[in-house]
Amino acid sequence: MLSAIVSVSVLSSFLGGVLGYAAIRFRVQGNPLADKIERVLPQTQCGQCGFPGCKGYAIALTKEDTEIDRCVPGGQVVVMALSEFLGREPPKTVLVEKPQTVAFIDESICIGCTLCRQACPVDAIVGAAKQLHTVIRDACTGCELCVTPCPVDCISMEPLPQDMLTWKWPCPGVPLALEPKRTSASAGLH
Amino acid sequence: MPFQRFLGPWSPFQQPVRHLFDFHGGIHVPDHKSVSTSLPVVAAPLPPRLILPLHQHIGVSAEPVVKVGDLVLKGQRIAKSEGSLSAPVHAPSSGQIVEIGMLPVPHASGLDAPCIVIETDGMDRWCEHVGIPDWGHADPDLLRTQIRDAGIVGLGGAGFPSSIKLNPGPAYPIQTLILNGAECEPYITSDDLLMRAHAVEIIIGLRILVRIVNPSECLIAIEDNKPEAYQALFEAAVDTGIEVVRVPTRYPIGGERQLIQTVTGKEVPSGGLPAHIGVICQNIATAYASYRAVVHGEPLIARLLTLTGAAVPQPRNIEVLIGTPVNFLLQHYQVHRERIQSLILGGPMMGLALHHDGVPVIKTSNCLLCATINEVPPVFSLQPCIRCAACVPVCPINLLPQQMYWYARAQDFDKLEEYHLSDCIECGCCAEVCPSHIPLVQYYRFAKSEIAARDRAQQKADLARRRYEARETRLERDRREKAAKLARMKIVVVPSPVSSGENQSELDAKRAVIEAAVARVAAKRAAAAALKNSKEREAG
Repeated sequence: MLSAIVSVSVLSSFLGGVLGYAAIRFRVQGNPLADKIERVLPQTQCGQCGFPGCKGYAIALTKEDTEIDRCVPGGQVVVMALSEFLGREPPKTVLVEKPQTVAFIDESICIGCTLCRQACPVDAIVGAAKQLHTVIRDACTGCELCVTPCPVDCISMEPLPQDMLTWKWPCPGVPLALEPKRTSASAGLH
Repeated sequence: MPFQRFLGPWSPFQQPVRHLFDFHGGIHVPDHKSVSTSLPVVAAPLPPRLILPLHQHIGVSAEPVVKVGDLVLKGQRIAKSEGSLSAPVHAPSSGQIVEIGMLPVPHASGLDAPCIVIETDGMDRWCEHVGIPDWGHADPDLLRTQIRDAGIVGLGGAGFPSSIKLNPGPAYPIQTLILNGAECEPYITSDDLLMRAHAVEIIIGLRILVRIVNPSECLIAIEDNKPEAYQALFEAAVDTGIEVVRVPTRYPIGGERQLIQTVTGKEVPSGGLPAHIGVICQNIATAYASYRAVVHGEPLIARLLTLTGAAVPQPRNIEVLIGTPVNFLLQHYQVHRERIQSLILGGPMMGLALHHDGVPVIKTSNCLLCATINEVPPVFSLQPCIRCAACVPVCPINLLPQQMYWYARAQDFDKLEEYHLSDCIECGCCAEVCPSHIPLVQYYRFAKSEIAARDRAQQKADLARRRYEARETRLERDRREKAAKLARMKIVVVPSPVSSGENQSELDAKRAVIEAAVARVAAKRAAAAALKNSKEREAG
């Protein structure tokens, strides 16, 4: 009886020590799950999900206190990816993807107030106080965060023009996901 | 040797027969080649307008160096290469630049692309051009530069800049240089006729390439359905150390990787380049263009084009200036337009169905196929895939076409990458044998472009994340520095919105400036709107 108590307590204190050491020695910095989720998100940093930036949404998703269909620029592709990744059922409503846009500053109206530059989450607007501002098109994510701060309404969102590099071959047939499901009775006949 | 010459190339004693290897798959298709080989090559007439797209090759578009109104001479450079993977464009004839803008080009999208338009003056005056007649003693780098400056790209169809292909670097020593004269696609005979007419020049071009690459063996591969071309090249290659090899006729043996495997037995690894296994493969027409560039100093401004198809009264090969509009050729050679079901640039297997007949002939155009309804019958009986797997044994890359078809329809792009979709050469063998007439290649093209778009989106997202993080660290650093500065100056920041009168007045002044600007812009807009309204009223 005594030997059993002693052996179990010795064993448990030893293993507890090992686990305690491992918890300190092999502590994971940051939030690896959030990092993985963040990689799925489109990084527009637009805040349309209601969280500060894509990182914020990714962290919120790990805590499971938000839905997976809040990323507007990501569209249905991101919803499906998150659904697969987090093992959550995708919502019934399908997010319609908006065409990609970039900000455009009408330079004849811009007064150089720097308000849009401060609002840009990816530093894609260059310009200084009382100097003309302009958008770095390649860096612009189309988040629209610069549009409202502009006091003179000189920023508009323009759709990205299609060229041969961005052109895609159309799907020649009906994608499987959209094909009408056959009922079991008709499937048997074919 | 004279003895061998006496016996002729078809004698079994003529030269040791090279051991050839086999590649997986491939099909035999009716070749329709004889229709366009009976007439000799003629030069096409000079069109009134030449349209030169800036992007006729793989890589970055060329950059124009002329402006509208400039007079140019034949052979003058009108666009320079931009970066290393690019090729310059030259004026194919003398005349005036009348337009630099977006025009239809031969591309699957049917989109317009930047082009330079030359109105020809009919004089065809050459600019000053010098070759390197003593190429046998010239520095290989000089020869390569000459080829690069002549704007030569792979003329077999892909259009990869040749000077880059000829410079594999010291890491990849080249054992074998193969000149590709297989020309396996039906209807196309431009390489065949070029070999018959210019065998000596092709051999000189090849020797120039040999001097640049310095391989241990050099050979020319010709499909065995072109005996005249073989004969011509064999006679021209006597005593040059160049071996002329007959390869069996089977589509797509003219594919770079298939030809390398047939001739050397070596397989180019997935995702790799032929140079990685010590082989360089160049097209016959590229060797001829290299000859013209190096020996005569002429840039790539013309090429042979097979004008064929049942809608053409006299199918033949023509020497055509790059930039000649397709509709000009159709008109001049009296093609029966009403009979054309499909106008294809290239061959029937891998060619490009044109959206618009105003597009120009470009560097990589080897055939203009004016196909009638009998040649490209419309498919009425599109059936579901029955998983018969007829596509599997014909795939020259040894892929699983039907499995890839299902994944493409399911848009499962990760799986497609696992099944090596990127190695597909889009030869069309699988679609040709499919009993359900499924346009398999179109599914692969769709999937490839979706994967490319996904990769681009990922790159853009990575860039955005890096920029966002950089901005966050910068803002954080600014905050820290400001706090440190305030602490140093021992200024206590009062959290209440009370501020000094001076600051308040400054703020008011700023606000006033902004409000004034807003008012100015509003006034400007109102004035513009009023003007527009009044104009509309006048117009109405």
